[in-house]
Amino acid sequence: MKVEEIMNKDVITMSPDDCIETALKLLNAHRIRHIPIVDQQNCVIGIVSDRDVRDASPSIFDDPEQSEQLNHPIQSIMTTPVTTVHPLDFVEEVAGIFYEQEIACVPVTRNDELIGIITEKDMLHTLIQLTGTNVQSSQIEIKVINKPGMLPQVTQVFGKRKVNISSVLIYPYKPDQNYKIIVVRIQTMNPLPTIEDLKAEGYEVLWPNLPGMTS
Amino acid sequence: MTCPSSFVFSEEFTRYRFRDDHPFNQQRVLMTKDLLEKEHALTDDQIIPPRVATEQELRLVHHPKYINAVKRGGEGLLTESEALEYGIGTEDTPIFSGMHEASSLLVGGTLAAIDSVLQGKVKHSTNLGGGLHHGFERKASGFCIYNDGAVGIKYIRKHTDYKVLYVDTDAHHGDGVQWAFYDDPNVCTFSIHETGRYLFPGTGNVNERGLKEGYGYSFNLPIDAFTENESFIQLYEYAFRQIVDYFRPDIIITQNGADAHFLDPLTHLCGTMKLYEKIPMLAHQLAHEYCEGRWVALGGGGYDIWRVVPRAWAQLWKIMSTGSPFNGPLPASWKDHWQSKSPVQLPLHWDDPAGSYQEIPRKQEISEKNQKILEKSMQFILNQKKFNS
Repeated sequence: MKVEEIMNKDVITMSPDDCIETALKLLNAHRIRHIPIVDQQNCVIGIVSDRDVRDASPSIFDDPEQSEQLNHPIQSIMTTPVTTVHPLDFVEEVAGIFYEQEIACVPVTRNDELIGIITEKDMLHTLIQLTGTNVQSSQIEIKVINKPGMLPQVTQVFGKRKVNISSVLIYPYKPDQNYKIIVVRIQTMNPLPTIEDLKAEGYEVLWPNLPGMTS
Repeated sequence: MTCPSSFVFSEEFTRYRFRDDHPFNQQRVLMTKDLLEKEHALTDDQIIPPRVATEQELRLVHHPKYINAVKRGGEGLLTESEALEYGIGTEDTPIFSGMHEASSLLVGGTLAAIDSVLQGKVKHSTNLGGGLHHGFERKASGFCIYNDGAVGIKYIRKHTDYKVLYVDTDAHHGDGVQWAFYDDPNVCTFSIHETGRYLFPGTGNVNERGLKEGYGYSFNLPIDAFTENESFIQLYEYAFRQIVDYFRPDIIITQNGADAHFLDPLTHLCGTMKLYEKIPMLAHQLAHEYCEGRWVALGGGGYDIWRVVPRAWAQLWKIMSTGSPFNGPLPASWKDHWQSKSPVQLPLHWDDPAGSYQEIPRKQEISEKNQKILEKSMQFILNQKKFNS
């Protein structure tokens, strides 16, 4: 999945000379946590988070009359340079950037011009979609030997039943590295015939399972 | 307390049949009626026939193109790709001859039940052939073609200004009905079901609360797999009372799927017959307290048609019409009649004996988790009371 598929194209931006008070108002009005700062060519020259703006705002214990710091230009507190991504980057790369750099938002640029923005929230939403829970489905978990060729063998069982698969996730079986778990969401209300087929083929179906064995 | 009630029934309900080995089997309705008659709890004057829902009535919820596809499907005139676009011809909802007519009769059954209540002929009515809560505007799913509950609620809204509370105790989330009224503040939907983490359809999270004007009129309690009676009943009773008091409906529609029982093959909840006494008892009581008695109960899921559904639905009717449940042994004549057809041993009593199922090791933890779900779901109502009083 590419960045351009999940990015938000409707970006709230500011000019470097706008004041901090404007940023505060924008953050509250649009319920956002990041604002890219762009120059006249729409190139990203900085970014501010709600935390940057809050740090630069007067304390709630201060006299509201002395709030002149809110008149400072936003460029005085913006972070620069900014980590940006390209619309053709993959969302996994964005997740890597979020994790490694400990940030929660990246502007998307094409030819250095701002065209979109991706936040942690968009990433989480994408993850939810990848797990297939956004379409009507039932989930089955199958324990298989950790060797090549297992996935096509398993999915063949679903194919025979004409059951549509909405998502597949594979992860290691922690207690024993010789196995892995295949999690499949299938578009059916009655997974029983499919589960019987899987068992007949010799696979161990971890879920649906016995009471009290839930993970 | 004896209440005038009507029981919608027709042998023709069994025409809604996908395949011989399909889990959805309307023979359950015949078995329930037979059980009630052998208990002398259902008389001919209480039975009313269903009517066939008109196309205009189906269009209250369903798209004309979809209705047309279902018609053509039932006549064998639909290509495979066309059918799949409308969710028919799948393993769950295969095409069968006359599917449009059979589905329209189930919807008409629900409309007949609603009519008898709206016209004041009875206080309560039940259509055990209905409750097909997974049907969508232009898509069949989860054994459901037309969504009789949603059509019925639209029908009520069209002909009256009643506020409708829909309560769904099927083990699967009542998604079709919820989405049909997601932005409607005059229809409040409440579904208690096994969490969609594993189970179809996967929706029904606590945070699904409605949209726009409908925000705050959709409630969900996604309970954990292996939930038992005590926790289920505690959540259901507390939430139902809170919701009915907050929403103040004029009529209650319940979907009474009987698949939260420990014997049900498709779900992982561990209710017993006790659940199917408690569920209608409260619906009955609250219908009298808040809606002058107006209550329409529908069928729904229930896939152990031998040991669970007939008992559960017979209790529903018994409580609806008399206010108290059956107890003691089941009539021998009913058992004798059906045992020869059943692949499993039929039960002997109305209730399930203690120790009927394996003890659930994580009972305490499951109950605690469900309690948290209840708190999250009800927080909205508590906030309303706190800030709007």
